[in-house]
Amino acid sequence: MARIIVVTSGKGGVGKTTTSAAIAMGLAKKGHKTAVIDFDVGLRNLDLIMGCERRVVYDFINVINGEASLNQALIKDKNCNLLYILAASQTRDKDALSQEGVGKVLDDLSKDFKYIICDSPAGIERGAHLAMYFADDAFVVTNPEVSSVRDSDRMLGILSSKSRRAEQNKEPIKEYLLLTRYSPERVKLGEMLSVEDVQEILSLHLLGVVPESKSVLNASNSGIPVILDEKSDAGQAYADIVARYLGENKPHRFIDDKKGFFGKLFGGK
Amino acid sequence: MSLLDYFKTSKTSSASLAKERLQILVAHERVSNNQPMYLPQLQKELLDVIQKYVHVDKDAISVKFEQDGNQETLELNIMLPDDTTKRF
Ligand SMILES: Nc1ncnc2c1ncn2[C@@H]1O[C@H](COP(=O)(O)OP(=O)(O)OP(=O)(O)O)[C@@H](O)[C@H]1O
Ligand SMILES: [Mg+2]
Repeated sequence: MARIIVVTSGKGGVGKTTTSAAIAMGLAKKGHKTAVIDFDVGLRNLDLIMGCERRVVYDFINVINGEASLNQALIKDKNCNLLYILAASQTRDKDALSQEGVGKVLDDLSKDFKYIICDSPAGIERGAHLAMYFADDAFVVTNPEVSSVRDSDRMLGILSSKSRRAEQNKEPIKEYLLLTRYSPERVKLGEMLSVEDVQEILSLHLLGVVPESKSVLNASNSGIPVILDEKSDAGQAYADIVARYLGENKPHRFIDDKKGFFGKLFGGK
Repeated sequence: MSLLDYFKTSKTSSASLAKERLQILVAHERVSNNQPMYLPQLQKELLDVIQKYVHVDKDAISVKFEQDGNQETLELNIMLPDDTTKRF
């Protein structure tokens, strides 16, 4: 049986796809067979971030409609042979996703995979709803910013009431906070909500903080999940997140402004 | 307040303002998201009935749903107009 993880946020552009790509790669690198699915029908992007955009022949909707088998549609990652990508359809609209169809695909994948990562689209419409409906765990990606925190809270309400687990009165979805695009310097100056602030408002278990980092754009430019950039702060932050999720005890990093006055004067990133 | 505190508070203002606003908003939205689905409809129908007898504004009526442990209460509040000529 696979564990299904939804990467969700409500608000758009907070780093869901970046996170999905990174943790899927991280889990696969740790030896777990992992599939990552793009639920953003009509606006697919995960293929670009994973660097497999030119190898997409069949997509998620083709599988749901029986136009292709799962094996035909799953794209094997070029950097890790335990990682597979299922791309979203670029041409169709969100209504092409049916609850039954999505459930069937996830069931089939569950037989063969250890982890299934669902990259949710923004919003609370059909695609976002189906991405979280079957989940066991939810990674709530949040930026330290008022509208993102509010949307995350809204998402938490939906996770606890509109999921399969909720409807079947099973143990609720496990929710984790991933605070991304964090700038310790700005927090220190009082310009940005701190980890503690966000945690206090959302009362969620913190899985990790990902700093605002140039390495994320570099990674997406080259189509390689940022977690493979092992020297980068964001890459290390995602590696920690994967390790913590798997039960390792890793102290939190990237929360404090380490660079003092001299650090700022003499370089650093 | 020391000079140091002054700098501290003036510097933390924008993030702490954000936090304060969020705390209030989130608390409010959590309550309203937990409300029963029928509440808006109930409020509308109550208003229709009341307006048959008294001229009241739409804002003159409020229906509050509260949940305290396993006890749920519905509080209905109607503000009657001061001007008695407005009554039938
Ligand atoms: N830690 C980070 N540091 C710097 N930039 C980041 C970071 N995380 C994400 N970004 C940037 O933010 C933008 C949005 O990221 P991403 O596409 O992952 O968000 P999303 O939540 O999937 O968006 P959408 O809601 O549109 O699906 C991208 O340009 C990405 O490079
Ligand atoms: Mg995305």
